Amino acid sequence: MSDLASAPLSTTGLRRRQRWSAAMAIILLLATLVGVVALIALLVSIISQGAPWLSWHLLTNMPSRKAEKAGLYPALIGSMWVITLTALVAFPIGVLTAVYLEEFARKGRLSKVIEVNIANLAGVPSVVYGLLGLGVFVTWLDLGRSVIAGALTMALLVLPVVIISSREAIRAVPSSLRQAAFGLGATRWQVAWDHVLPTALPGILTGVILSISRALGETAPLIVVGAAAYVTFLPDSLLSKYTVLPMQIYEWSRRPKDDFQGLAAAGIIVLLLLLLLLNAVAIWLRSRASRRVRW
Amino acid sequence: MEPASAPTPPVPVPPPPTFSLAKRHHVGESVIRTVLFLCAAVSVLTTIGIIIILVEQAWEFFREVPITDFLFGTKWTALFKTPEYGVLPLVAGTLWITAIAMLIAVPLGVMSAVYLSEYASPKIREWLKPTLELLAGIPTIVFGFFAVTFIRPQLLERIFPSIGPFSALAAGVAVGIMIIPLVASLSEDAMRAVPRSLREGGYAMGATKNEVSWQVVVPAAISGIIASCILAMSRAVGETMIVALAAGSKAQLSANPLEPMQTMTGFIVQTFSGDVVAGSTPYLSLFAVGLLLFVITLLLNIFSQFVVARFREVYE
Repeated sequence: MSDLASAPLSTTGLRRRQRWSAAMAIILLLATLVGVVALIALLVSIISQGAPWLSWHLLTNMPSRKAEKAGLYPALIGSMWVITLTALVAFPIGVLTAVYLEEFARKGRLSKVIEVNIANLAGVPSVVYGLLGLGVFVTWLDLGRSVIAGALTMALLVLPVVIISSREAIRAVPSSLRQAAFGLGATRWQVAWDHVLPTALPGILTGVILSISRALGETAPLIVVGAAAYVTFLPDSLLSKYTVLPMQIYEWSRRPKDDFQGLAAAGIIVLLLLLLLLNAVAIWLRSRASRRVRW
Repeated sequence: MEPASAPTPPVPVPPPPTFSLAKRHHVGESVIRTVLFLCAAVSVLTTIGIIIILVEQAWEFFREVPITDFLFGTKWTALFKTPEYGVLPLVAGTLWITAIAMLIAVPLGVMSAVYLSEYASPKIREWLKPTLELLAGIPTIVFGFFAVTFIRPQLLERIFPSIGPFSALAAGVAVGIMIIPLVASLSEDAMRAVPRSLREGGYAMGATKNEVSWQVVVPAAISGIIASCILAMSRAVGETMIVALAAGSKAQLSANPLEPMQTMTGFIVQTFSGDVVAGSTPYLSLFAVGLLLFVITLLLNIFSQFVVARFREVYE
């Protein structure tokens, strides 16, 4: 600040300063492009390593000690189990918490405590959630290393994200809508359930899908709560053993043989495609919502 | 009651109405309110659960290993025959990787934010920002794989030929790239919240765009920028899969980032990937390390909220 203040308001070195400013535009653009280049390098290197290993039987085979025969069918199905169960638990609890905080809670100390708590939970490392799940679900509730223990752990992990994005969606609903409903004699719950939630739903779903995609890519907590490394069967109940896509990728990428590195890259391609699909749905929902509703 | 006025007889209070609008649906509403409150309580219970589980198991651990030996010991050989539980090597590994990551993410993230907020045309911004945010949506296991198969052999080995297959540097670079979007996105939000009039004031004084960016906008948004950097730091400390794959599993106090190191998070997942007997001392040590990790990230998060609350400049 000081040299700007002390600079005389003449054109002292103006040419030089302008040239420096123009150069800075390029420097800043290059700095921004580092992130983009890293993204491209990541995608290109993974696709070039994994593409030769992509095949139909990669999706339909069981894992195997022989790289040529190995597949990730159980991991794919296990991931579906985990994210479906996670969504079934986290979606209602998260949305109802958001409704409580936005529509019901008095702005007092209690709701402040809950808010601060949610903000801090969002910053807890995922591996710590794994230790929580290990203590509560695996050991205390005696669910063992089961798919439900993994999904409940994951649900607690994504809950803060679901709550925060649902609150934003609910807050975007104009208060005139609520007041009109209150004016006609609706109760608080009727206002929330019949008017606020339907209007906020696309925004809420977007947030839920994004948090589900986080659950799909998360590995560390599931290692702690005991997703198995080598599974050659599909989960058939909430209490069966399971593995998930990122877990299988982790296993393969830790093996020294090059073949398994290729398999890991192919697994990553499958994982990224699934994430892309989920995000496309989220973007579609968002654009549909913004087209339909204009305030 | 006015003192001057003549005493008046008290007005009879009308009997309360038998039908109260406010009390309609009261039972159903209060049930619903209770259910909603219980949902909100889940998140509070999660925090309490984390604290209870970590403290309880860590307490067991500290009965076997004195807390001072844990905090100040310089040797971590939890899974060896003669185990020693000095956490400093794990802390040092975490610090190295966090420092390397911050060295990459803070300059690149802040510069990206300045570019997106001050220089980029709306059209470029519309493309660049979502692309950068794609980077934030990539699972960390993928970054770990990228660190091992690309960053180390293609990039770092050319600059540092002595780098081993596992190193703090490779992991730190990957973590740094991963948190660039976090710094960029939050810093840009803070910069865009700076009112136009401040920039115009700068231009009216004859400042160039570069001078307005760094001497007007960045100082005005500094609380948000610092908060974003602290949040990114907390993410780097808690990052697990990248370090598990790329940093190695050798817990050592070393001043050389080209050597393998183990972090707190790395120790936790690498131990669970093998076999560990529930209730044994190495098992309990996982919770002690988890507690330390939880406390460090919690302090960082609280500090970042404090910076925003304390140093935020509010504009009309």
